[in-house]
Amino acid sequence: MEKRVTFSRWTIGILFAVPQLLLIFTFFYWPAGQAVYWSLTLQQPWGGGNIWVGLDNFRSILSNADYWNSISASLIFAGISTGLAMFIALVLAALTDRQLAGSRLYRVVLIWPYGIAAPALALAFRFILAPEAGFMAVVNQVWPGFWDPGLDGADAMASIIVAFSWKYVGYNFIFFLAAFQAIPRSLIEAAAMDGSGVIRRFWDIQFPLITPTIFFLLVINITESFQDSFGIVDIMTSGGPANATNLMVYKIYSDGFKGLDYSGAAAQSIILMMLIIVLTIFQFRFIERRVHYR
Amino acid sequence: MASITIRDVTKSYAKMQVVHGVSLDFASGEFVVILGPSGCGKSTLLRMIAGLEDISGGTIAIDGTVVNKLEPRERGCAMVFQNYALYPHMSVSQNIGYSLKVSGVPAAERTQRIQAVARTLELEHLLDRKPMALSGGQRQRVAMGRAMIREPKVFLFDEPLSNLDAKLRVQMRSEIRKLHRRLAATSVFVTHDQVEAMTLADRLVVMNGGRVEQVGTPAEVYSRPASRFVATFVGAPAMNILEGTVTLDGLSLLGDSRKLNVSRTGLPVGSKVAAGIRPESVRLVAAGTPGALEATVDLVEELGAGRVVYVDLDGAPFSVVTSETVHPVPGSTVGLQFSEADLHFFSSETGSRLDVFKASVPEPAL
Amino acid sequence: MVERTPFLNFFTHVILFVGFVFCIAPFVIVAIAASHNLKDVNDVPMSLLPGSDFWVNIKTAWATADLGPKLLNSFIMATGVAAGKVIISALTAFSIVYFRYPGRTFIFWLIFVTLMLPLEVRIVPTYAVVANVLEPYQTIMDLTGLSWLIEKVSGVHVALNLGMLNSYPGLILPLIATATGTFLYRQFFLTVPDELTEAARMDGAGPLRFFIDILLPLSRNNMAALGTIMFLWAWNQYLWPLLITTDQSHATAVTELKQLIPNVGGAPEWHIAMAGTLIIMLPPLVVVVLMQRWFVRGLIATEK
Repeated sequence: MEKRVTFSRWTIGILFAVPQLLLIFTFFYWPAGQAVYWSLTLQQPWGGGNIWVGLDNFRSILSNADYWNSISASLIFAGISTGLAMFIALVLAALTDRQLAGSRLYRVVLIWPYGIAAPALALAFRFILAPEAGFMAVVNQVWPGFWDPGLDGADAMASIIVAFSWKYVGYNFIFFLAAFQAIPRSLIEAAAMDGSGVIRRFWDIQFPLITPTIFFLLVINITESFQDSFGIVDIMTSGGPANATNLMVYKIYSDGFKGLDYSGAAAQSIILMMLIIVLTIFQFRFIERRVHYR
Repeated sequence: MASITIRDVTKSYAKMQVVHGVSLDFASGEFVVILGPSGCGKSTLLRMIAGLEDISGGTIAIDGTVVNKLEPRERGCAMVFQNYALYPHMSVSQNIGYSLKVSGVPAAERTQRIQAVARTLELEHLLDRKPMALSGGQRQRVAMGRAMIREPKVFLFDEPLSNLDAKLRVQMRSEIRKLHRRLAATSVFVTHDQVEAMTLADRLVVMNGGRVEQVGTPAEVYSRPASRFVATFVGAPAMNILEGTVTLDGLSLLGDSRKLNVSRTGLPVGSKVAAGIRPESVRLVAAGTPGALEATVDLVEELGAGRVVYVDLDGAPFSVVTSETVHPVPGSTVGLQFSEADLHFFSSETGSRLDVFKASVPEPAL
Repeated sequence: MVERTPFLNFFTHVILFVGFVFCIAPFVIVAIAASHNLKDVNDVPMSLLPGSDFWVNIKTAWATADLGPKLLNSFIMATGVAAGKVIISALTAFSIVYFRYPGRTFIFWLIFVTLMLPLEVRIVPTYAVVANVLEPYQTIMDLTGLSWLIEKVSGVHVALNLGMLNSYPGLILPLIATATGTFLYRQFFLTVPDELTEAARMDGAGPLRFFIDILLPLSRNNMAALGTIMFLWAWNQYLWPLLITTDQSHATAVTELKQLIPNVGGAPEWHIAMAGTLIIMLPPLVVVVLMQRWFVRGLIATEK
């Protein structure tokens, strides 16, 4: 879409964009380019600049079992937490949209979790799910040794999934509810006149009409699970036990800043960028559809 | 084919009552138009018949069966919505056939019936399109098709033409009328457009403020408006109203200085009444014509076939529709003449029609 | 609708209520745990009746994590990011919507691409840039021979250096360098009728006047929504402040959470940890509750 009416003094126009351009050049494009450069070079241990190593950094990462472990942990985390957060939010939004008594309250409260910083809710859940105090301790009293995220990788993974999903149910809820409410009331009424009951209307009318939102949220949730998980992992598990929750962003951080392996971290960043770009492109293909229904 | 009986129906939301005890009878096969300004409760009444709104009080019966507790799908009504409410993700044929699919009609029969309806509405070439790819008039037809395919006992129309442009509206109006003649199903049509109402209705229901003001054929409503509201709402330009007082020898209009004597009252002397005269019942004559009222011309609207002359009658606005070849100039003085038989009288207090004034013998022109 | 679906309604109420409980429970548990003493908070199961040590714990957590200055830092960062976003995005959107200049499409895409890559995935090099913000320019001058030229001509050796580690600009600027808000404004500007621009021009307003007198006042709602979202987003940042505030004086509240985790082997001081968590999660929660309308609107609009 373009404006028909514009201003002719375009030198002024460019000036308006300068602050933004300076910012994104300095803090976005330069670092992104730098990441590419680092990923293709290796820093000399005694200074003296970087030497060109081609794709060696990528080769060494991709042949590292730890890295593959990090990828699979990230995918498991992304898959389960996205599925959980979206499914629960969809059910809650669909039911809230029925506008029975009390739905206003739910509409207000269900989005609170999304306002909370990931590390803060991570600390809360670290306590709630602690094996020796908190609430899982009760389960441990009945079945000793049932739950210990400090020792059991699966338990640790479950903990960060619960914390992340709790936050993103709120986020997804906002979008699903908005999508349901964007469906004109008369469509639902027309379907009722056509003889369709509540459940059937959901599947025949409402669900097809919100599929664009589902695709959109799918991509956002997966992307966020790569980024917003950092605080949760750092507070709850520090990537452990035995790297079971060493998700991609956390590994970049620990390799780069703790292990001081800039080149390796840069190569990992590039791979993660690629992954996110692919997801984003996938999303834009569906934006077409989203516009289409309006 | 079904009759509809509405008895003392009321509708209230939390604090507001929007429909006050409405009772109506629609005969089988009748085309009823409910006319009224926005917010008069006409759409609410229609939606209560459809089952989209709860009925707060009273009963609605379709074909003798009280439907208050029945769900929309059990009432045998089909509805055409103002914004068409077509399912955007379904093709035209899926839209039309959806109700059949829900009720489990086999695919083969469904296709056949969709084809039949599409043929009637000339939609055959559009069956695979999505609503997005249709023009306003085509969408309107699909919405009609969706209602027709169920062969409902009752058709409900909720201002279905208001989103169309003027030309298309006229065309769809006559198509709806033709369809009704063919299908002969009871139809209830809600609108705020009086031309639409007059042209479509077998019977007209005029509503205002949640109450029924008048029920009758369009001609009756026009010629014998039951209240001051109906008189001024139906007809364009609106009926002129002159406030008056009952006197010893009849009725005085326009104050004492310009006494206009009308005989035969029957009300106590001093009662306030309103006298109405349609702009098309007034004749424009030269100023100074004996017996004519004098007024100053404010504005002349040319309509082609005739013209509307707005005049100032002792400070009150007054309009005249004339087809004669007089061309009054704004600012000039003209004379107005009308027959006493064309006057309508309404109580100033209640607004209802007063028939005692209706002269049985034509009086000489004033 | 007149439909009567008692079973489904009952089911709806049950599910929504369960969802409500799960949503609210962590807040409640944190608040209750923050009111217990060391022994009670470690009881299994922990009592759900509030204890009496709430204010003591809050004070201890406040002192342990030095929350006063940290909350102030968070507030400065969040306000800075929100204000910066609201202003810079408006300027940029105005430029790409209301002007036709060569390379406009290119600039549009330059900005658009920044949507794809969040800060988290490019932290390492961004960190390096913030260590010396002028490094990109120095490098460009070195590579183009410009610094060599300057040194030849004036005898001055060019060594641009501006470190932003442990500073507010270092915290704030990289968080502003994305396109989120720009597209929010762009969508909105595109809906502003052309007639308005034409009328302003007939009235003799130039681009700057039109921007300040007409466009900005019309964008008030969008500014409120964007400001709310960005404030929360910035307040909740963790990785970035953690990296660049090696010095405690610029650390933010959220990065202090780590100080509150009970040490392995030490006393499990969960009551203090939860009191601190409560303090840190409260400001964004208050913003969400008070600004709910803008929050929801901003969320939906920024993602479009």
